[in-house]
Amino acid sequence: METVFRLFRKIRILFRRDRFRSDLEEEMSFHREQLERELREDGVGAEESRYAAQRRFGNELLLQEQSHDYVAFSGESVLQDIRFATRQLRKNRGFAATAVIILALGIGATTAIFSVVNPVLFQPLPYPHPDRVTMVWESRGDGLPLAVSFGTFLGIRERSRSFQAMAVEKTWQPTITTSAEPERLNGQRVSADYFRVLGITPMAGRNFQPADDVYHGPNVVILSDRLWRRRFGSNPHIVGQSIKLDGDLYTVIGVLPTDTPMPRMRTRHFENVLQPSAELWAPLQYNPALPADGREWGHHLRMIARLRQGVSANQAGNELQVILPAWAQSHAEGYKSAGGLPQRILVHSLQDDLTRDVKPALLAILGAVALLLAIACVNVTNLLLARGAQRRGEFAMRAALGASRTRVARQLVTESLLLAILGGTLAMVVAAAGVRAIVALSPPDLPRLSDVRVNTSVFAFAAGITLLVGFAFGIVPALYAARRDLQAAIQQNSSRTTGGHQVMRRVLVTVEVGLALVLLISAGLLLRSVQRIFNVPPGFDPSHVLSMQVQEAGDHFQTDADRQRFFDEALEAVKHVPGVKSAAFTSQLPLSGDSETFGMEFQEYPNRDFEPAFRYAVSPDYFAAMHIPLISGRLLNEHDRPPAPVAVLISESLARRKFPGGDAVGQRVHIGPDTGEANKPWAVVVGVVGDVKQTSLALSEPDAFYTTSRQWAWVDDVRSLVVRTPADPAALTSAVRRAIWSVDKDQPIVRVATMDQLVAASESQRHFALVLFEAFALVALLLAATGIYGVLSGSVTERTREIGVRAALGASPGDILALVFRQGMTLAAIGVAIGLAGAMVASGALTSLLFGTSPLDPLTYAAVIALLLGIAAFACLMPARRAARIDPAITLRAE
Amino acid sequence: MLMSDKAELLPGTLDLLILRTLARAPLHGYGIAASIKRLSDDVLTVEEGSLYPALQRLLLRGWVKGEWKMTETNRRARFYTLTAAGRKQLGIEVSEYERMIAAIGRVLQNA
Repeated sequence: METVFRLFRKIRILFRRDRFRSDLEEEMSFHREQLERELREDGVGAEESRYAAQRRFGNELLLQEQSHDYVAFSGESVLQDIRFATRQLRKNRGFAATAVIILALGIGATTAIFSVVNPVLFQPLPYPHPDRVTMVWESRGDGLPLAVSFGTFLGIRERSRSFQAMAVEKTWQPTITTSAEPERLNGQRVSADYFRVLGITPMAGRNFQPADDVYHGPNVVILSDRLWRRRFGSNPHIVGQSIKLDGDLYTVIGVLPTDTPMPRMRTRHFENVLQPSAELWAPLQYNPALPADGREWGHHLRMIARLRQGVSANQAGNELQVILPAWAQSHAEGYKSAGGLPQRILVHSLQDDLTRDVKPALLAILGAVALLLAIACVNVTNLLLARGAQRRGEFAMRAALGASRTRVARQLVTESLLLAILGGTLAMVVAAAGVRAIVALSPPDLPRLSDVRVNTSVFAFAAGITLLVGFAFGIVPALYAARRDLQAAIQQNSSRTTGGHQVMRRVLVTVEVGLALVLLISAGLLLRSVQRIFNVPPGFDPSHVLSMQVQEAGDHFQTDADRQRFFDEALEAVKHVPGVKSAAFTSQLPLSGDSETFGMEFQEYPNRDFEPAFRYAVSPDYFAAMHIPLISGRLLNEHDRPPAPVAVLISESLARRKFPGGDAVGQRVHIGPDTGEANKPWAVVVGVVGDVKQTSLALSEPDAFYTTSRQWAWVDDVRSLVVRTPADPAALTSAVRRAIWSVDKDQPIVRVATMDQLVAASESQRHFALVLFEAFALVALLLAATGIYGVLSGSVTERTREIGVRAALGASPGDILALVFRQGMTLAAIGVAIGLAGAMVASGALTSLLFGTSPLDPLTYAAVIALLLGIAAFACLMPARRAARIDPAITLRAE
Repeated sequence: MLMSDKAELLPGTLDLLILRTLARAPLHGYGIAASIKRLSDDVLTVEEGSLYPALQRLLLRGWVKGEWKMTETNRRARFYTLTAAGRKQLGIEVSEYERMIAAIGRVLQNA
């Protein structure tokens, strides 16, 4: 009851606060007057009485505060603090803006990067027991993963006991012609258990059954939720209906769950990490009889498998190692045409596999942004330290007026929190923009992009760290000031000494320079690598070449001859386009992401090695269009067609390795499906051409063979067109496209790009890392420069008197300039020394991203150090010149 | 000069003294201070620094209430009056004080 009354009284006072204050004031002045009168009556002089009364009464303001504290709510003074803090920051716009921007950059960049990295590297895949989902690869002597053949998949499925379910998949791009507008779709051909491995069941209809996935089985298809909504208007009766794909009717048997997580739904969403763009699925329907010359032995399937409970990936790998040899023996012919026996079967976690390629780049970027955050921390700390030092006088004044240390500390915390809120808000904007930019910039093979969103827990983490560190340091000088001898502190405007905070600030600046150097050197090394890599000759001349992929679809073509005729006529039409110098088709295009290898067997080395080599089935003008040089023998021509013996070109490195005597031309070989088939006729090497980079400029994998598409075992229905022109290749795009469509307007054309673009895109990982490192390094450089500038100019201000005395005693402006300059550059030099040690460690972590550049590349180190010292010198020069201009007369008079 | 050789108040006794003073008649702040000084033969001086916060505390607890009135010199001043709750509290404080003094006395005599 008592407390309730008290609360009421408090509230009444709160609403009538001004009244409360004026009452108190009046009451006190009455009291003082009475005292004064009393003293006068005792015979004290009027003036003296007043002072005595005042003195006796004490600090009226403080008294009022204390009286008020009794009746006020604790929250009230918080509001007061906020109002005061706002005023403070508004008065110091420069400081406030700098701090807010640094906070926003540091926290925003960290949040953006981690938001991208987290789902890609750290979050488990959205499947039940995701740790049990694995990818299975074949592997040859080099230990690199190689896509499995259907033969190997069947072997594992028949004999292994480690897996609960397993499946293979390949890309499928059918054209849908059900409604008015034909559209090429992205999909997958999968074996029956694909969705079971992932633990996904259709939302409507049924999953694939083993009966669907049989040779020459039924045409059935499962749709994605997206396609169902987009193309079929969410038709609830879609299951059971037929749709037309590539001219054939397919029965829809199911629709999968949506791909966006629905937190409140109990059903699982479906994120297809293997092919995020896939919208429909049909059964693979390969031939289980495994004919040795069929596609069943091509290495073009990706295999996923779900481990049984309690079985590790390693145990599974070991089991496969034991069971595979017997299987391989019983299918020796197949393995020969596949390019050889797998030496090992690799079982990797799906998550590791998906991220294997991007992991080094992402981890490096994560490290870089951590450095940036550290620099931002140091910078904010430095700013707050400087500000704390500047305000020593203010704090001392408040202490003299009776403010307690906790009160001053609370005020500071309020100011810091206000900064934090402003900085944090801006950081959210930076993070959102950053995430969008990173997604736009990211290499195309970055998995799980659909899961990238601004990560609030990271944001909170980054914000917390920065503020905590900054404010812990920022508050120290204030408390220190509040405790110190008040008089000395109040008079600090003409301070003669540099306080302890200056030492701290110098240490921080050297740390900042050091961290910036680490980032700059990393960026420099990446830049050098990217330059080096683009200096690697790709083996062809990418300038002035346009490329596009032409795919053949639909029921226009009944026979292989029809198909071949379409490509022949299309090529002829393209050659007649004005501006086309030469044009050719190829089964795979260098640096486009294509990668297809087949076995080869030389008659010289019979039954020995069936090493895989890149297979190019091309039209004869391919070498002219790409400017691939002929080393010896002849190129392919129109006469290389059946029934003439198959003419083969091999790459220079392969020729030199197999035939060091230089007698490769005229050798007899089996290629592709014929490899290891003793009864197949031999093909003949008619020439040797230059090596070409197929998958990456950085990799050296030069073995390749070429035939004309007519002499290859089958008619490829997906081919790349290359067109050389003396003019701008991109400008030819629509004319070339029209030429192809003049032959058959229903054939899709995709992946249009100039070869220059493809070459650039092939290094997108490094490029991505480079762009981010450059951005971070630039910000770090800027922050380090402002750090040096801030410390030095603060020191010049504090030493004005000392410098004035020096000048009065005869130091020339040049001497003083040198003095200050030297002071700043010493800090920078120490920072560089620290940074060098850090950079040597950090660059080791970059090794996998570097190319042709040592992590200790002296040129990079020298250039970066020169750059950093140059910028530091610039930052030192301004305060140094200010110091040199100090007029001794004015400074000394000011004392 | 004025502040020297004055006895410090025993801690916790300020409230008691204010309440006791007000039990005789309503007074303003200066009056309370002056009254305590006079009644203690100038031994006890209430510092103004503690008087006004103490008055606010008593007001908030409902032991005294304040009213603006005119003084004999025709000045406006806030007069504090003891409330019923204040009178009760005074009783508690007095007996508490006496208990304390008796205890101290016993220690002084017997030690």
